[in-house]
Amino acid sequence: MTWMRQHLMPVLTVVAAIIALWYAGAVALNAPWAYDQAKRADRDLSFSALVAETWSQDKPKLPAPHQVVAEIWKTSGDMVLRGKAFSKRSLVFHGWITLSATMLGFILGTGFGILLAIGIVHNRAMDMSVMPWVIASQTIPILAIAPMVVVVMNSIGFAGLVPKSIISMYLSFFPVVVGMTKGLRSPDAMEMDQMRTWNAGAWKTLISLRLPSSMPYLFTSLKVAIAASLVGAIVGELPINQDGGLGARMLVGSYYGQTIQIWSALLTAAALAACLVGLVGLVQGITLRRMGMAR
Amino acid sequence: MSDAVIKAEALSLTFQTNDGPVHALKDINLEIGKGEFVSFIGPSGCGKTTFLRCVAALETPTAGSLTVNGLSPDDARRARAYGYVFQAAGLYPWRTIGGNIRLPLEIMGYSRAEQAARVKQVLDLVDLAGFEKKFPWQLSGGMQQRASIARALAFDADILLMDEPFGALDEIVRDHLNEQLLALWAKTEKTIGFVTHSIPEAVYLSTRIVVMSPRPGRIADIITSTLPRERPLDIRDTPEFLAIAHRVREGLRAGHAYDD
Repeated sequence: MTWMRQHLMPVLTVVAAIIALWYAGAVALNAPWAYDQAKRADRDLSFSALVAETWSQDKPKLPAPHQVVAEIWKTSGDMVLRGKAFSKRSLVFHGWITLSATMLGFILGTGFGILLAIGIVHNRAMDMSVMPWVIASQTIPILAIAPMVVVVMNSIGFAGLVPKSIISMYLSFFPVVVGMTKGLRSPDAMEMDQMRTWNAGAWKTLISLRLPSSMPYLFTSLKVAIAASLVGAIVGELPINQDGGLGARMLVGSYYGQTIQIWSALLTAAALAACLVGLVGLVQGITLRRMGMAR
Repeated sequence: MSDAVIKAEALSLTFQTNDGPVHALKDINLEIGKGEFVSFIGPSGCGKTTFLRCVAALETPTAGSLTVNGLSPDDARRARAYGYVFQAAGLYPWRTIGGNIRLPLEIMGYSRAEQAARVKQVLDLVDLAGFEKKFPWQLSGGMQQRASIARALAFDADILLMDEPFGALDEIVRDHLNEQLLALWAKTEKTIGFVTHSIPEAVYLSTRIVVMSPRPGRIADIITSTLPRERPLDIRDTPEFLAIAHRVREGLRAGHAYDD
């Protein structure tokens, strides 16, 4: 009971407030069209009729929550029940496309980030030279040039998963490098001295002290990285929409003014991000507890 | 003494800081023989820990000579001549007690069977048999420090360097551990260098007490204990014990340890 009061209630309150605002916004934004239609049909619009009208348009400026939820159900759960989960119109299909690019990019980015961090910690030249480039790499507006990267890679024969994963990796390796560099350096002077008294080399120190000590830092970075990976995958999907994916779904929706479709893809992407971050958090909790490092 | 295990001659160590040079150690001459228990006592900044770190090759002296087992300190470190116990137990939370003691053995490449046998042996030695599978957080501070001593004993180093190992523990636990350390020393016949800031601890444990004073860090007095090797805890109420403690205090006073 106390758990519900302390954790569930605040969240639900905020969610309720957002939904209320959303409905109000839908009325405000969709009202001009409704008034316009009423004027053309030469009929009066009572307030209750106006509200009902603004919450049920086909191509509203801002779809109401229930419209989005209905659309999501129609293109996911309902299609799964009818055995058409991987139809081209299904959000499960598009979500899977995006998820696979996200995961590949996340794994590549994490691996690359950890390797870079190990190099930076062990090699003074790399420490001095690589870190500035890593930071510089993130000043490039990758979100703006990602479509170009994807198109160029497509033209030289890299299509489908790989180009999207590369954008995804580019966005996700940065938090891992920064977090792991700090994590690998987190053992204190005494712990490092202790390794020295055992005449332990760099490799043994890395394996038995630096890597285990860096785990809390790694997981914190991974939470940021996996969300960034998803953003990277979605951006990578924008220019080439015949492959599908949540990004393609949003872009196609915007071509045809299918606002409900855009919002349902958007909410699915947000839910996917929340699930991925939650999953990393779960693994973090289990790992750190088992390592006796839970805080 | 011809069989000196640790031998320092005119040893000095000067740190260069922004406020000018700091003489951490100046003209230290000391020989420690095999099987001795030598305590270093003095106020903070007197160089007692620095000296121990020099022996362990964790610091490099700037002048004079220092040999450990007849080797340079760094060669002695490579030959794993000593076990070092720090003020904090420094046990890894992700390893069991057994796993923590096994760590230096793994690093040094002992076989698995040898590792298991040694872990069991040193756990017995520090009275922690049965705690092999426990994690550090399941043990009290005193038990953690005993595990850390066991870890330093697990490999074949005949020198044990201890830097205020019981400094963070309460006095009752400390008494108990002092008693155990003496028993351990009698059983293993190691040469022990022990840094402390407690006069009773130094007098109770040592065969010799090196009294040090700060600015520059130097030896003020070296006191050879007249106490027998068998030392029950209540030896600390005997006149002999009090006389040695008094001399240590005199040494500290002469070295201006009580000045501000």
